[in-house]
Amino acid sequence: MRISMTVNGRAVSGEVEPRTLLVEFLRNQLGLTGTHVGCDTSQCGCCVVHVDGVSAKSCTMLAVQADGCSVTTIEGLAQGGKLHPLQQAFHEHHGLQCGFCTPGMIMSAADLLQRNPDPTEHEVREWLEGNLCRCTGYHNIVKAILAAAQTMRGMAKAAE
Amino acid sequence: MYAFNYHRPASLAEAARLLASNPEAKLLAGGQTYIPTLKQRLARPSDVIDIGGLAELKGITEEAGGVTIGAAVRHAEVAGSALVRRLIPALASLAEGIGDPQVRNRGTLGGSIANNDPAADYPAAVVGLGATVRTSKGRAIAGDAFFTGMFETALEPDEIVTAVHFPKPEKAAYAKFPNPASRYAIVGVFLAKTASGIRVAVTGAAPCVFRATALEQALAASWSAASIDSVTIDPSNLNSDIHAQADYRAHLVKVMAKRALAAAG
Ligand SMILES: Cc1cc2nc3c(=O)[nH]c(=O)nc-3n(C[C@H](O)[C@H](O)[C@H](O)COP(=O)(O)OP(=O)(O)OC[C@H]3O[C@@H](n4cnc5c(N)ncnc54)[C@H](O)[C@@H]3O)c2cc1C
Ligand code: FES
Ligand code: FES
Repeated sequence: MRISMTVNGRAVSGEVEPRTLLVEFLRNQLGLTGTHVGCDTSQCGCCVVHVDGVSAKSCTMLAVQADGCSVTTIEGLAQGGKLHPLQQAFHEHHGLQCGFCTPGMIMSAADLLQRNPDPTEHEVREWLEGNLCRCTGYHNIVKAILAAAQTMRGMAKAAE
Repeated sequence: MYAFNYHRPASLAEAARLLASNPEAKLLAGGQTYIPTLKQRLARPSDVIDIGGLAELKGITEEAGGVTIGAAVRHAEVAGSALVRRLIPALASLAEGIGDPQVRNRGTLGGSIANNDPAADYPAAVVGLGATVRTSKGRAIAGDAFFTGMFETALEPDEIVTAVHFPKPEKAAYAKFPNPASRYAIVGVFLAKTASGIRVAVTGAAPCVFRATALEQALAASWSAASIDSVTIDPSNLNSDIHAQADYRAHLVKVMAKRALAAAG
């Protein structure tokens, strides 16, 4: 089947089998390997992307279901060569060790911060229910997200 | 995943026609249960009919004082709905406790109840509130008659859930003891005081959601934690698995019932 969608602001199209997962289309056909696959059971969240602005597990969606949609992956987050505040904060607060879970963590956190710009630590931890990390113990991930939220609130204020 | 043909019908009528014309065809809504099932090759449909975007299955509306929710409404929409929060807050908070944010962003009410996982949350609300399930065949199925066994429902193979009507209770609450990994209910209790009496629906504990009639009678006599304490829950029909033994689940039914009672007020 022929599908077309916008990925990171760019119009793309491709030929896929109906059984092709969105993550397979992104990684194998578009070469966007920042989106990871960490499990077979829809539980780890390494594959989280935004579909029409909302976070979703790209391993639990068919590519044909995203036909006509706008998709953002971790590669689409930095703007003008500058890291997104979440990426910067993960760097500064040591929010990663091996980095395998990081793209999903950041895409999931980005969805949280667009809904709730000022989350409590508890809300951040609850939100990360669907993102597993085998390395960090989550502590610095939560710290990084809270720090990015503060930076982004500052940026929003400065823009007013 | 085995290969299949994919359809995205433009109307409910077309979806129903596609489903009826092919016994090997299956519906896909949010995909949060069915895509993992396909990935594990536990199902081999010839055709997959995607109803997740059908406008006729969308929308949350006020009806007869309660709420009617379209089958393709996502869990996150129910959790965030001002209407549901106002009329049946217990239902919004149940939806908010399903899985994780990404599952809630895609998973639907219709998919959850049609699947009837023994540990799913929504069946407890459908039974606990005495809701009515509406279908593409024009049937209105009482919540009490809809869930017929483990992963079994009263739906015919070519019948599609279109919406669920939840009457407004006087008071209600849901409490669940979640599996720490999946968030599915090890035991979940939905307790409601309704115009037609007290209803206590239990999910997670047995092969299928059920009404705890002994708890209902005790709470009808006196709406108190002491009433719950006075009841004995028989573990002989409850599940034992790696997550919990039957006697522990029986214990949890009362603990969750008391938490729901405290939350309902
Ligand atoms: C990691 C994870 C955690 C989860 N945790 C929970 C949890 O805590 N609690 C919980 O309750 N659930 C949980 N779920 C399941 C989730 O709620 C699913 O969304 C739900 O069970 C199925 O809804 P769906 O729309 O995704 O259906 P799909 O997966 O698309 O379909 C499920 C089944 O229902 C059928 N179907 C779909 N729509 C209809 C319809 N309108 N009429 C008739 N048949 C239909 C399909 O043919 C299929 O057989 C979890 C899932 C995952 C992946
Ligand atoms: S790869 Fe694990 S949830 Fe998608
Ligand atoms: S940093 Fe290694 S899995 Fe999270």
